Amino acid sequence: MPAVGTNVPRKDSTEKVTGTARYVDDLVFPGMLHARTIRSTIPRGRIRDVRLSFDRAGFTIIDHRDVTGRNVVALIEDDQPLLAEREIRHVAEPILLLAHEDLDTLRRARVDIDYEPLEPLFDPTRSTQLLKDLRIVKGDVEQALAGAEVVVEGEYRTGHQEQLYIEPNGVIAVPENGGVTVHGSLQCPFYVHKALRIALGLPDDRIRVVQTETGGGFGGKEEYPSVIAAHAALLALKAKRPVKLIYDRLEDMLATTKRHPSIVRHRTGVTRDGRLVAMDIEVLMDGGAYVTLSPVVLSRGAIHAAGPYRCDHVRIEARAVGTNTPPNGAFRGFGAPQTQFAVEVQMERIAEALSMDPARLRELNALRPGDTTATGQRVEADCSALQVLQQAVERSDFHGKRERYAGTNRGIGLSLFFHGAGFTGSGEVKLASRAALCTTERGVRILVGSAEIGQGTRTMHAQIVADSLGIPYEDVETGLPDTSNVPDSGPTVASRTCMVVGGILQRCASDLRERIGDMHPREHFTKHGATVVTKEYEPPHGIAWDDDTYRGDAYATYAWACDVAEVEMDPDTYEIRPIHFTAVQDIGKAIHPVLVAGQIEGGTAQGIGYALIEEVVMREGAMANAQMTNYLVPTTLDTPTMDVVIVETPSHHGPFGAKGVGEMPIDGPAPAIVNAIRHLGLDIRQIPATPERIAEAACVSA
Amino acid sequence: MRLRVNGRDWEVDAPPMARLLDVLRVQCELPGTKEGCGEGECGACTVLVDGEPVCSCLVPVAHADGAEVTTIEGLGGDHRLQRAFAEHGAAQCGICTPGMIMAALALPSSPSLDDVRVALAGNICRCTGYHAIYRAILRA
Repeated sequence: MPAVGTNVPRKDSTEKVTGTARYVDDLVFPGMLHARTIRSTIPRGRIRDVRLSFDRAGFTIIDHRDVTGRNVVALIEDDQPLLAEREIRHVAEPILLLAHEDLDTLRRARVDIDYEPLEPLFDPTRSTQLLKDLRIVKGDVEQALAGAEVVVEGEYRTGHQEQLYIEPNGVIAVPENGGVTVHGSLQCPFYVHKALRIALGLPDDRIRVVQTETGGGFGGKEEYPSVIAAHAALLALKAKRPVKLIYDRLEDMLATTKRHPSIVRHRTGVTRDGRLVAMDIEVLMDGGAYVTLSPVVLSRGAIHAAGPYRCDHVRIEARAVGTNTPPNGAFRGFGAPQTQFAVEVQMERIAEALSMDPARLRELNALRPGDTTATGQRVEADCSALQVLQQAVERSDFHGKRERYAGTNRGIGLSLFFHGAGFTGSGEVKLASRAALCTTERGVRILVGSAEIGQGTRTMHAQIVADSLGIPYEDVETGLPDTSNVPDSGPTVASRTCMVVGGILQRCASDLRERIGDMHPREHFTKHGATVVTKEYEPPHGIAWDDDTYRGDAYATYAWACDVAEVEMDPDTYEIRPIHFTAVQDIGKAIHPVLVAGQIEGGTAQGIGYALIEEVVMREGAMANAQMTNYLVPTTLDTPTMDVVIVETPSHHGPFGAKGVGEMPIDGPAPAIVNAIRHLGLDIRQIPATPERIAEAACVSA
Repeated sequence: MRLRVNGRDWEVDAPPMARLLDVLRVQCELPGTKEGCGEGECGACTVLVDGEPVCSCLVPVAHADGAEVTTIEGLGGDHRLQRAFAEHGAAQCGICTPGMIMAALALPSSPSLDDVRVALAGNICRCTGYHAIYRAILRA
């Protein structure tokens, strides 16, 4: 019986429902010390003096002078120190590391730091520190705008968003084999491996990174674990004992990365009958104090900034700049939720300016197969923007409700969006990911560096391998990635784990099938011992990208979706309550429909939080509400009913036609909700749309 | 202090203000109960004390003296809620799952969707958007 397309039991469900799955904080090593990070309390300045006001007996203490390799967090740029030397660029910057076997003694240790404060900068529009800029040009925008019958302008703003995985960041570093093994909650074991090699100055084979069961990531455990892993490893190597470093919620929220705030400006030229003739877009993202992943977040944001629309004249100018807040980084969607919020609210305002039905405006302009995107990529037969739009409109009774809700405290709005699967541009070629299969006494074992972070990596990969080999799903073994025995499959990010890594596994399976003939891999193992097949990523034919001009095929393919949000406003408190959501999402092929629905429902809930309640309050460069008491995420009572429709227009780029599914669901809810609020007569251009912002808009419109 | 945890008696040697969560995880060696926030907001540490769901991060162990405590480990592995959570994809990353299941145990039989939403309002799940959890509980 085929496994693909069916709801086989998750590989990890028994452990997770019985409480036997082991997360990093559940692990105990003999002689283990606990660790703590001493952080800056000012946003910008210089360290004058560090005084340890405690009895040092039993403590291991590390500062920048103890870094045995290079004092950098090795990522895109080497600008971020693991431990501050003299200069402080943000609140909560790590300065000193302490370890002790007794947690209470550790917590009581007092460190006093004197600073020479400098004037911090928090406003990205005033920043002169350019982290990355890029330009996408198609046609001649100025000329097209000059000739446009109607021009609509607008500025849209989005705030920080905290990933809020329920398991905070944490690792345990264990000195062994002349090097160190780090066990941790993480998405990208090989990113951590590289960062450790550079921080510790140790050869590759002395460093081992093992993922522990991971209690959520959403991008928040993409690059940050490199920092915490290096900290724990430095302590462990100095103490010659295992060191556990687990953040509590407050520290995690205060110190770790968040979604980049954005300011996006649109100037759009249209004909009176609603055809887009020119889109002029400026994107500004606040990267915070260090570069981290800002260049690539900006890149994905810019490529998605014109939305899933056909337009001959497009100019997108995008910049990421530095400020004195903790660095921002990866979060599900990776720049695309910010820019698609802007373009979808802009589309709604264009419809309003033309007195046109918003669904009709999108229908006229939605990309069709054969059309080109802003980067000039010709979309293929799997482009289903129009179909998902029409299906969502029909299914939600958009037009009927739009009429019925008019003049009440209810509103309905929609958003049309897309999401490229895999690394941007030439990223996958540079990554050159590998995956492997190994025959075992049970059947076959999957060897990948891809992490299970809740999304179902193990299960989905096993389904692909089972069907590609023609063996039962139960005969496919999976495990936690351990860099000492799996190949580097690239990071678990960018909606690439199914389409890209799953695709490599499919090729491993067909190669293995050729080698073992008709035999079950188990039988082959019994007769001939273990056989290992390793394959590397092969770029699909006919895909071309130019990094210098930002022209060409930005992604192998895109997934397409339309969300319809229905909301109700409380006229006394100005709270907006989402009451129903329709999400029609074309992801090529649902390898496991229950897992896919889980991604769509979960991503939609996060998007609802982003739209309405998740507000990071920054005061003097520090998150003032770094607690779950006052940083609110949707609870059961804030999450509306959802009608999820999975559409399957297969892509020849992914295994069994599958594309990426993890990120797209968070791109659509915010604009759909804000457009539903617009239906109530309230002009909102900034999220989260808190009661305060709604009240303000209501005063203006009254 | 004396606790009865999952049917077994424990003589606990801990300061009275020690968190029940830590006593369960460290002394009783029952790490199935998770810490998500340490401030009673996320519900990941939910256990039953004399049948009532509580956030064990907020309960000083002295308050549980003489009480009957049930953790996820106390359900064995084949409870109807555990099977339903597995079947309906209600556990994604799994960190909130033990607390969710413990909170759901306190529901009346044949609960309505509204009963479920209210009973779980103190348990945060960041992965599922809750719908798979509702499906699991309503069909368990």
